[in-house]
Amino acid sequence: MIKLKHILGGIAALSVAGVALAAGADLGQATKQATNWTAIVMFGIFVAITLWITKWAAGKTKTAADFYTAGGGITGFQNGLAIAGDYMSAASFLGISGLVFGSGFDGLIFSIGWLVGWPVITFLMAERLRNLGKFTFADVAGYRFDPGPIRTFAACGSLVVVAFYLIAQMVGAGQLIKLLFGLDYIVAVSMVGAIMMVYVLFGGMTATTWVQIIKAVMLLTGATFMALAVLFQFGFSPEALFSRAVEVHSKKDAIMGPGALINDPISAISVGMALMFGTAGLPHILMRFFTVPSAKEARKSVGWATTWIGYFYILTFIIGFGAITNLIPNPADYFVNGEVSKGLNGGGNMAAVHLAKAVGGDLFMGFISAVAFATILAVVAGLTLSGASAVSHDLYASVWRRGNVDSATELRVSKITTVCLGIFAVLLGIVFEKENVAFMVMLAFAVACSANFPVLFMSVLWKDCTTRGAVAGGTVGLVSSVALTIMSPAVWEVSLGNAKGSALYPYASSAIFSMTAAFIVIYLVSKLDNSAQAKKERAAFPAQLIRSETGVGSSSASGH
Amino acid sequence: MKDEDIVARIQKNPKFLKFVSTRNNYSIIMTLAMMVVYFGYILLVAFNKQFLATKISAGAVTSIGIPLGVGVLVFTIVLTAIYVRRANTEFDAMKDEIVKEASK
Repeated sequence: MIKLKHILGGIAALSVAGVALAAGADLGQATKQATNWTAIVMFGIFVAITLWITKWAAGKTKTAADFYTAGGGITGFQNGLAIAGDYMSAASFLGISGLVFGSGFDGLIFSIGWLVGWPVITFLMAERLRNLGKFTFADVAGYRFDPGPIRTFAACGSLVVVAFYLIAQMVGAGQLIKLLFGLDYIVAVSMVGAIMMVYVLFGGMTATTWVQIIKAVMLLTGATFMALAVLFQFGFSPEALFSRAVEVHSKKDAIMGPGALINDPISAISVGMALMFGTAGLPHILMRFFTVPSAKEARKSVGWATTWIGYFYILTFIIGFGAITNLIPNPADYFVNGEVSKGLNGGGNMAAVHLAKAVGGDLFMGFISAVAFATILAVVAGLTLSGASAVSHDLYASVWRRGNVDSATELRVSKITTVCLGIFAVLLGIVFEKENVAFMVMLAFAVACSANFPVLFMSVLWKDCTTRGAVAGGTVGLVSSVALTIMSPAVWEVSLGNAKGSALYPYASSAIFSMTAAFIVIYLVSKLDNSAQAKKERAAFPAQLIRSETGVGSSSASGH
Repeated sequence: MKDEDIVARIQKNPKFLKFVSTRNNYSIIMTLAMMVVYFGYILLVAFNKQFLATKISAGAVTSIGIPLGVGVLVFTIVLTAIYVRRANTEFDAMKDEIVKEASK
């Protein structure tokens, strides 16, 4: 059980460094379990249904607009579920409930961080994205700017975020499947890559959206059932649940208060900034706002998404406590060698899966395992689609061909890119198998909040912003966030194995410095930019403002 | 009527600037409210762990941190819902009126 120790040791090390907040997508190294046929059959049914939907969607995916945005015909409610499906990863389900199982209260701090980005998108971004954008967030950021530099920058920002997020998901998928289904790592990663490619390649955004909706409904239903089953055991009294948990947990009353998750305030604020503003810079999330027909529907989508995601995090907290009260009193069934001190069979992240068995038997456990796998598929499909659109719409059609390209050619380039990204994701998943990828989702958030978000925010809301300012500031944000993250303890010490205390950058996230730097550089360079192009761009602001605030012109321009 | 003409007319309408500033102020206040609540909670975790671990009443197991934390989650959902509702009714009505005036 060396690997198990590795997981527990890793979690402990992360908590001490205050970076457990960042461990979202990491499922750690997992031990292969016995082949779980119930789960495989359930998952097979899910794949069969989604492939049938993909076949239906393929018939509707004829133009580039269908491929990128499902023709703009998704309703606010559907899109809200799809966004939730895009955002609630297997790691947040298994990881947060595992964290609650291990240390109680700390899991709650963790989940709050993952929700607070949504109001920011609602208040500042959702409607403007819909009114200005067509297929990618570069359409919005570059609305009045010189398309060459701004789109090249935006495509880089998107691809960096997508790549890191994708690696974390693929490695998580491999470990999870090894754990849940008892399949080999390479088989698992290749399967995820292949199925995801079929969804995106043939069904485009329509298929991806429905995969995400189905997954969101399955995950919410499964989690609701588990939380209700737990609350039912305690007569729906949280106090009774907590008091039983404190009675059986080895940390006793300590699980009711904050542990070692946050110790230094700068890391706490920095991680908080990355989560709060990073969400508004994730390309696969931003892209979902172009699938609805109007600003009103865009607002509804984000309202629903926030509701489902918040509800889900409340459920994971109850599930974590339910795992404490249901699993610890039965060590023989769920723990290594029947000893609680040796940890759960399969590692701490298995808390929710074991709880599923405890409250619903093998069949329900199979369902939950299948949901966890479906979750990964839905997330990687969304990521791949946004990566493909950055390459085909921004780099190929807008920069390289300067917009002189027909929809069919653009669509073909998107599909070729999808295949490339799929293969790339599988290869990276294999390369990073043994690595600790906990930092990668945090890095994706750091880049999103330091490069994509400032550029988007300033270009839409600040009249004096220019191409040069946006590209310079965004680049500073991109480079500094990557550099500082590599120099931070989570990467420098935990992943790269350097001595403890040798990290040059002592905090858990780069956001507090890199995001600030991006805003300052955008401001200064734009202010100093007196070129003719800059004057033209400033003069175009009032028209952009009218479109972003009222939507006049957006329906005809986006061709829905 | 062409979109460009509508845009030109909206630009001249003083109601438009008033509408933009009303809604932007509202967005900013809501964003600040979210930041105060979230960063307030995080700083409480960083600086006053004892307070969050205090029991809600004598003899109870539940600590103050739990209802507060769940409260932040609920607050986030409610704040978003309030904004969406106001924007989809009041602000959209203001916007529609401005666009309608410009399209005449």
